[in-house]
This record gives sequence, C-alpha cells and structure tokens, in this order.
Amino acid sequence: MNSSTNIIKDIVTQKKYKEKYHWTDYFSYFYLFLGVFLMFGPIIWLGLSSVKTNAGIQEYPPTILPLSQIQVEVDGYDKPLSLYNVTLDDGSQTQLAEIKRVGITSKMVDPNDAEKKYKIPIDKREKIREFSVQWGNYLDPLRKYNFLLYFKNSIFVTVIATIITLIINSMAAYALSIYEFRGKTVALVFVIGTLLIPLTIILVPVFYVIANFGMINSLWGVILPGAATPTGVFLLRQYMLTLPRELIEAARMDHASEWAIYWRIVLPLSIPAIAVLAIFSIMWRWNDFLWPLIVLSKSEVYTLQIALNAFHGELTSQWNYVLAMTMVTLLPIALIFAYLQKFITTGIASTGMK
Amino acid sequence: MKNIRSKIKNFFITIFKIPFGFLMHTIDIIMWPIQKIIGVRNMPYIFLLPNLIFFGLFVIIPLGVNVAFSITGGDELLFADREFSGSKHYNDLFNCESYLNPNTCKEDFFWRGVYNTIFFVIFQVGLMIFFSLLTAVILNKKIIGRGFFRSVFFFPVLLSPVVVGLIWQWILLKNGILNAVIEANGGDKFSFLTDPGWAMTSSIFVSIWAHMGFYTLIVLAGLQAIPPNLYEAAEMDGTSTERTFFRITLPLLMPNLLVVFILASIKGVQTFDEIYVLTGGGPGTSTSLIVQYIFTTGFASSGSVQNFGLAAAASMVLGIVLLCLTLIQLFLGRNKETKHQEI
Repeated sequence: MNSSTNIIKDIVTQKKYKEKYHWTDYFSYFYLFLGVFLMFGPIIWLGLSSVKTNAGIQEYPPTILPLSQIQVEVDGYDKPLSLYNVTLDDGSQTQLAEIKRVGITSKMVDPNDAEKKYKIPIDKREKIREFSVQWGNYLDPLRKYNFLLYFKNSIFVTVIATIITLIINSMAAYALSIYEFRGKTVALVFVIGTLLIPLTIILVPVFYVIANFGMINSLWGVILPGAATPTGVFLLRQYMLTLPRELIEAARMDHASEWAIYWRIVLPLSIPAIAVLAIFSIMWRWNDFLWPLIVLSKSEVYTLQIALNAFHGELTSQWNYVLAMTMVTLLPIALIFAYLQKFITTGIASTGMK
Repeated sequence: MKNIRSKIKNFFITIFKIPFGFLMHTIDIIMWPIQKIIGVRNMPYIFLLPNLIFFGLFVIIPLGVNVAFSITGGDELLFADREFSGSKHYNDLFNCESYLNPNTCKEDFFWRGVYNTIFFVIFQVGLMIFFSLLTAVILNKKIIGRGFFRSVFFFPVLLSPVVVGLIWQWILLKNGILNAVIEANGGDKFSFLTDPGWAMTSSIFVSIWAHMGFYTLIVLAGLQAIPPNLYEAAEMDGTSTERTFFRITLPLLMPNLLVVFILASIKGVQTFDEIYVLTGGGPGTSTSLIVQYIFTTGFASSGSVQNFGLAAAASMVLGIVLLCLTLIQLFLGRNKETKHQEI
C-alpha cells in the first residue's frame, strides 16, 4: 500500500528529466498554454458559432455555447415569437412572448391566451434559452447557394493539378538526376531562376497567356499556370540522386525502355518524396486564392475559397452561413493535418518551403 | 482494427495502381518509338520538355510580356489594340511632388500601398523573428507533450487565407467576442477593423498568427543542429541559462534567423490575401498593400477601367524590390552554411 502511494507520489512530482525548476520552465508552460489558447481558440469559437441560429449569432454579448432563445407560435401572429421569463408588477413569475420592443418597454403576450397583453420594462424580463445545434447552417448553403458545386470545383482543381504537378515534375526531376546530358546545367539554372519569380509580379502577363488560350472563367486556367513548380522539381531531384544507379543499369541491360525505367523503378522508389510533394500540392491548390480570384469571375466556376469570399461580400448579415462554410473549407485540410502532421512538419523542416 | 486499416490502405493502393499503370503503359506506346528514333542519349530532353514548356509559358514568356504591357497603353488586353506609350506608366507611378507625402502623387494609391507595405513588413518581420525564436526555444526544451505543442503552433500555417481572414474578422468585429470580453472586464469597445491604426495592428497580428508556425519550424531545425556537447560544457562551467542563450544559442542560430528574416521579408512584401479578406484594404486605404494596388488596378473591374499597363508597371517595381531582397539573400547565404537556400 505504502509503496504504491510512493509510486503515485513519484509520478506526480517527478519531472520528466531530473533538473531543478528554473523560472524559464514556468514561463515556458505559461507561454505554451497561452499558445494553445491563441491557436485553437479561434477555431473552436468558429466551430461553436457556426451552429448557432442567426438570432444567436447577432446577439451581443455572445454566448459561448450555441444556446438559442425558445420561439413559440401564438395565434394571430405570422412569425414565431421569442419567449421570456417575466417578473410581473405583483412579483409573480410567468412566461410571455414578445410582440414588439418599443424603447425600454416591450409589448408582450401570453402564449397560451393571445388576448392577454402586457407592457413590460425590458429589465424585468429574461431570455429563455435552450441548447440547440443548427445543422441548417451547413445544409442550407449546400442546397440553396450551390456550395456543393463549389466544393466539387475545388476538389477537381486540387486533384487534377496535383496529378499533373506530380507527373511533369517527377519527369523533369528524373531527367535532371539520372542522366548526364548537354545543357543539364542550363536547365538547372532555368529551374532555379523560376524559383525567384513569384506569381505576384507577373499577374497581368500570365492573365494574357491564359486569355490567349481561352481559359478565362475555366478551371483549367486555374490549374495550368502553377502546374510546374521549381520546389517540386528540386525536392524530387534531391531524393532521386540518392537512388542506386545499379538498378537502372540492370534494367537497361534487360532492354527496358527509358520510360519504363522511370515509372517502374524510379517512381516507386521515390514514393516518400512524391508523397511530400503531393501533400504540398494539395495544400497549395486547396488554399489558392489570388490567382483563382483573377481568372474566375463567373459564379458557376468558383472554387470554394472564391465562393466563400464572394458569399461573405454579398451576405454580410448572414454570418451563420459564412461561418459554417468557413468550417467546411478548413475541414479537409485539418483532417489531412491530423493524420499526417509529423510527415508535413518534417517535410517542411527538411526543404524549408511551404 | 489494424487488419481493417491495412485492407482499406490496400484498397486505395489498388484503386490508384490500375489507372496509373494504364496511363503509363499508354504513354510507353508513344515513348518507345521516340526512343528508337532519337536514341537513349537524347531521352532526357523528352522528360524535361513538359516542365520546361510550362515554365516557359507561365513564367519566362510572361516576364517579357510584362515589360511589353508596362510600356503600352489603353485598356485592351490584346497587343493589337494597345498603343505604345513609352515610359508613361512609370512616369505616372513616380510623378510625385514629394515622395514622403502620398497625397501629392498622381498615383496616390500606389504610394499609400508602398508606405503601408513598408510599415507592415517592418513590424511583421520584426515581431515574426522575435516570436518564432521565442516559440522555437521553448519548444526545443525538454517539456512534456512536445509533439503536441509543436503541431499546435504549426496548425494555422495550413489554413487558407480566406479562412484566416474570416475567422479573425468574426472575432474582431465591433460586436465580436473580443470586444465582449473587453467590455465584460470593464473596458471600452475597440474598433479593431474600422479604425485606421487598429486595422493595421490587427492585420499585422493576424498575419503573424497565420505564418509564425512555418518560421518557428525553420528556427527549430537550426536549434536542433546545435551540438549538445556545447551545452554540456557550459553546464560544467556553471554558466547561467541566460548567458548560455546569448553566448551559444543565439550566435549559432544566426544563419537560420537570417533565412527567416529574408523569407519573411520576401513573403511580407507580397502579402495580399488574408488582409484583403480581413479588412478589404480599409478603412479607406489604411491597410491596402502593393499587391492589392496591382490587383485593383489591373483586375478589379468595379468602378474604373482595367489598367493593365499601370498594373504591369507596378509589378515591375515590386519585382525589382524582390530581386534586391533575393540578391541580399544570395549574398548573405554565400559564405554562411544554411540548409534552406530554397524558398
């Protein structure tokens, strides 16, 4: 008995590493918990707000949980009325529904007897709330405002762009790592050069090129300009340089075509690097904003990000829908991160890019 | 459980394998005769071709076309309809009585954008270095739940700019939760997004919130590369924690902090999306940055006409600034060994 309490005491008081506590240790934990609050708090608040009713969203000061006021149908009124707990003049408590608020008094009616009306000062009443989750915030935009289509557009762009990026970048990386040929250095410098030219400084001319291909307001206009990525070529090349050359020589002896060597030998061996690039590409494409904003101006080709921005501009008062759709937009990336977070962080740490 | 998971995994692998194999076999039918004709030695050119075509079409050619746009006028996109206008756009951009006062400039929005961007970058980069260093040092300590805390700080990096902008707009609204908390503690409401000064502060904060995790990771990689025997030796000598930090950690971390400085500056100068969603560049022009100027001038069709030439000229100016920053990076990175030469 005594020994087991000692063990528990040891576990509770023991530090993971036996050192003395320094003031920086206390500060560290304080900072970390503050960090958790700052980084996750906004997301949790978004999640909680996204299932509130429109009335609950507009309430100030806001309630933390999605509590909404109970609404009742009263004979003779078209709209459902909000229910309040009211202290009457004689001190008794009752439940009344509000018809209209006039200044600091409120016209109220007994929900059971539509004939009985009251005038109550607003500080004598209290809202009756119940916990209710408004899934309609998620379903309505998907049905009424075409968000299902935008979701499909985003998935199309992400999947097709990632496939194209993986294939052409791995082909270039294969050429630059396995072969020796004239102009290899030039090609490498060329690829490095494109690393220095971000899209923000060539917006107009790329738009011009896309316009010449007739790809304005087409998802292909979003997919193609970013398909060849210098970072992707480098990432894959660095990895392919480490592959054993004997394998390739052996395959050549067996009369395998160069293309067969590429896809049967080199690609399967480079899966780790390809997976990192795939995750990056999915992230880039799903989150892409500036370029689709320029290319896509018709609502039927909007991606989720563009639609969300446009939707927010049109319906500033409909925060419940905006927040629910924000949640839908961030969820796929959050799920990928939850499964592959170690992979992503080591990928970024080893390449220094995002 | 494990069995089911591996079954699902195998299922997905097969799903990918079949079309992949089919596609590759089909391409092989084309590639085999090509290889017969041009020979193995010339095959790498074929492999490079698709990527180079994309780079050429969407990076190299546009660089030249950008110059052509910046020296031609009119609001048509096709060159047949554009007139040569020489350095008109550049003259317009730099037509100022006093460069210090944007109101005296012909293109006052451009200069407001420039000054806003300078202000934004100075504070954003400075605070970014400070906080990513602090966070990385703390995350590098022997703390419980280190992996969890690391991913917590990294998480916002993955969020899209629209999501970041909307989340923070929702929090910082006049009737948002932050003001509710401030009022509950006896303070007055702040106009975080509608007061010019506060809007800039909020923008800088949100931008740091969204990108800090990335730079923390770079600093963390540097911290882990510092040989532990240095710290052991310092401990033997009874060196204080503060002294160890300033005499060992900081000097050895300098290359990484430089990388953070340059990368954050290059990205900071190009900031657009999350601020655009958060404040829309407002109130007025108080948070509108250079890229927003280029976007509004060239593409936002509401109000004035689309002035591609002026937008292209402004992109050229931005491009020169970025080139200078990159040259500084190359110059600094030349003699110092850094792991992160790539952007």
